[in-house]
Amino acid sequence: MMNKLRQKILVLYLSNSALDSTVKGWAVYDGTGREAHTTGDTNIAPYKTGLLALQDGWRAIQFPQLIPPYPGHELDTSFLKYEFIFEKIEEQHD
Amino acid sequence: MIEQSNLLDNKQMALFVAKGYLRFDEVIPDDINHAVMAEIDRGIKASPAGTPLSACYPDPSPIGKMLRLPLVAGLIQSLVGPDPLFDHQAVHVRQPNEDSAQPLHADSIIDTRTAFDIQLMYFPHDVPANMGGTLLLPGSQYRRVNESDIARYQNMLGQVQMVCKAGTLLVLHHGIWHCGRQNKTNEKRYMFKVRLNPVVRQLRLWNTDNLVSDVGASKPIFTKETNAIEDVQTILARSEPWFEDASGRLEIVNRVKMWRYISGDDRFDVHYWMTRLENTP
Ligand SMILES: [Fe+2]
Repeated sequence: MMNKLRQKILVLYLSNSALDSTVKGWAVYDGTGREAHTTGDTNIAPYKTGLLALQDGWRAIQFPQLIPPYPGHELDTSFLKYEFIFEKIEEQHD
Repeated sequence: MIEQSNLLDNKQMALFVAKGYLRFDEVIPDDINHAVMAEIDRGIKASPAGTPLSACYPDPSPIGKMLRLPLVAGLIQSLVGPDPLFDHQAVHVRQPNEDSAQPLHADSIIDTRTAFDIQLMYFPHDVPANMGGTLLLPGSQYRRVNESDIARYQNMLGQVQMVCKAGTLLVLHHGIWHCGRQNKTNEKRYMFKVRLNPVVRQLRLWNTDNLVSDVGASKPIFTKETNAIEDVQTILARSEPWFEDASGRLEIVNRVKMWRYISGDDRFDVHYWMTRLENTP
């Protein structure tokens, strides 16, 4: 029997543009359906830094681009700037 | 007339400017809590948006009683001034055993004002952790985002999960990021919210006794002295755990701008961040 492969996504919000900087926020979406994550379900970060996620087998699939601020809005704050996206491919057993 | 002693003091105002909320635990008496629960079950009539608050919730409304308690009237006056406008109310009910939480959001739509509305959140019954009280992200209120554009952020360092006893009140800046957490109990969870708009310029509306000494003078920066005393500057300089390294500094600037706005002191600064940029001889 063939096992189905599914993507699991980890999003880490880091303290600066370096992958080895500190995790400030996170989200997990599990395509295998084994885990269900939602807003405010834990106060404990899955990793201390982005690099530690790599070392645990997560593959980085997106780095945030560094975009200069729009003129006149240099001091504005909005979304979190350092959003790194990772994946693992896992088997879905059914 | 509201007694000076019921107004917020300088440091409470600084905390509101820094964190975007203030919390008052178990301040509403039990008889009001019980009466409000009964009123929620019967249905609380809302006034049209833009009605002066003084014309809303006439006696014997338990919500009206709660809003007219000296402490509550005092904090309303301190933040949005006399007789603000009623914007809307919401009775938030979180159903038992939900699958997921509400997505993280800022209320209403993206808001570019410096003037601010407040929202009172009132918890008329105990909220244990597994009942999923409101989740707040302290210090997020100045970020320019539109409602649930931030829904992707599931958890952030320093987020506050409201766990409280009956009769607890939160007062929020309109921009703060928040959501209702998942209710994992077999009981319905209730929270009553009301949004208020100022009708006056929000200038020194609180108890400003000792303002000059509580604000403090210019200090040596990047030293132990900088944040040694718990004054307004120190409160506004304190980072939130989720602040990014660089943008976190900009959040301090956002607070400085708000303190200047509500105090009328255009030279106020924290850590020299703005003064340095304003120097163009
Ligand atoms: Fe909301």
